[in-house]
Amino acid sequence: MVTRLSFLGVIARVFMWAFLLALAVVVLYPLLWMTLNGFKTNAELFGDPFALPLDWSFGNYAKAWNRGVSDYLTTSVLVTLTSTVATVFVSAWAAYGLTRVDVPFGKTLTAAVLGGLMLAPTVALVPLVKMFQAMGLYNTFWALLILYTAFRIPFTTFLIRAYMIDLPREVDEAAAMDGAGRWTCFWRVILPMCKPIITSTVLLHILFTWNEYLFAMVFTSGAGVQTLPVGLTSLMSKHGTDYPVVFAGMVIAALPVVLLFFLGQRYIVKGLADGVGK
Amino acid sequence: MRATLRRTLGLAWVVPALVLVGVFVYLPLVQNLQFSTLKWDIYSGSQEYVGLDNYARLVDDPVFWSALGNNVLYAVVSVGFQVLGALLLAALLDSVRSERWQRVLRAVYFIPSAISLTVAGLLFYFIYEPNLGPLNHALRAAGLDGLAQAWLGQESTAMPAIIAMSQWQGFGYSTLLFAVAIQRIPREIYGAAAIDGVGPVGRFFHVTVPLVREMTGLMAIVTISGAFQVFNEVMVMTAGGPNNSTQVLGTWLYRSGFVRNNFGYAAAIATVLFVITLGIAVAQLWAARRRRVEW
Repeated sequence: MVTRLSFLGVIARVFMWAFLLALAVVVLYPLLWMTLNGFKTNAELFGDPFALPLDWSFGNYAKAWNRGVSDYLTTSVLVTLTSTVATVFVSAWAAYGLTRVDVPFGKTLTAAVLGGLMLAPTVALVPLVKMFQAMGLYNTFWALLILYTAFRIPFTTFLIRAYMIDLPREVDEAAAMDGAGRWTCFWRVILPMCKPIITSTVLLHILFTWNEYLFAMVFTSGAGVQTLPVGLTSLMSKHGTDYPVVFAGMVIAALPVVLLFFLGQRYIVKGLADGVGK
Repeated sequence: MRATLRRTLGLAWVVPALVLVGVFVYLPLVQNLQFSTLKWDIYSGSQEYVGLDNYARLVDDPVFWSALGNNVLYAVVSVGFQVLGALLLAALLDSVRSERWQRVLRAVYFIPSAISLTVAGLLFYFIYEPNLGPLNHALRAAGLDGLAQAWLGQESTAMPAIIAMSQWQGFGYSTLLFAVAIQRIPREIYGAAAIDGVGPVGRFFHVTVPLVREMTGLMAIVTISGAFQVFNEVMVMTAGGPNNSTQVLGTWLYRSGFVRNNFGYAAAIATVLFVITLGIAVAQLWAARRRRVEW
């Protein structure tokens, strides 16, 4: 049985590997091409797109950096960090209340918070612009911070809540016995126990914020408040003829999240797998 | 009395989240319905109640219908590649014997999903570029000069080109999730099927497919829902052109409001998007309820 199948099995395996590797090339080649173009000159780029750069200098990266990418990067880092802290903290706070405190109308409130998952940001766009203009927050850092936090709270709360539900009740009782109040129990006992899911939600939030485009495009226009995704499109329109500089900017934008993914892969996979039911 | 007070104080845990979601997610939704009944010029500030006029105009707007059609096309292709294709690919990955190679390939396929759609969109804008783009270069080098064309510059190929880029960007995400779901299937089931003489194809259809059905349903819903919210890649690559051939509901909404200064009309498009995504969300809830998730 085994020997009779093995010939066919080998053929199948060869085809399978050929397919999997070809697919990997299809995925990686454009990214490699992008990175290499960051080292080329315009003339090289227009000559033969497949050739390697002649001179491996970081000139284009320096140019991109000086033509605004450093500003976009700073804004992206700031918005990402602040909204990550805000979102994860408010969500963990709410998840604690919804799972471990006897809150009136608990079920309704849970539905109200998690129900936000169903609403697409596009639908709220027009009223939000009006609202932020009225509040004087249009085209400010605050607009993005608030929007990224508010729109990601449902998903983040959903993940943390699902994790907290499974933590044993005895932990709370033991903490209470030791004289810990609610706050101490949350901060000192439950939150540390949630470390794996907190890591997942932090990484997922960073991936989201770093790459978000719709809100960033609509709510910011001036330099100093633009994030990388929007900044790249302005780099493109301003220096559209100097393509290698644009490519260098793209690499600078892509690299941090790709590295982050490889470092935190385990947590990102876990978070995604648990949360895909969002 | 004191117990009631303490319970009420418990609300403090939920209030921050509720306020943020209520003010910035739910309230705009309600306002959107109101705005959709206005003729509204945001620059002059003039607002005029026009009832359902915006919706009536929507029905007569050919761009709206072609945008909706593009979203549907997006959804159909994405379900093919990112649900069915990804499921097949994940099963194939699972039959790779080396666990390390499984992980490496999974991660490689996922990379495009980690980079932003803006970067991916710009990248493919250059790949499709008629003169310097590697796609046309490769076609010419292969002697297929006739196939080389301005991919994003003509109505017939622009939408397919954008959708193709989207599949490149997104298939790794669902493949990763399917791979995790398949790994959770107890190995004994595959072992038992193999002993019964069921081949790899049979094992795929009789073990894998039924046991990842929940994940398949959820991925389908997530994918379809995403297809109706498409915005970024279209905006970056064509901004809806040429001649509105690549408009989707999201970009048509944006253009109607922010470029043509007709916010009431944009709000009406948003309502349509809302009804569609709500319908999908209800299906999702129903699917989630069938899992053991407790709401």
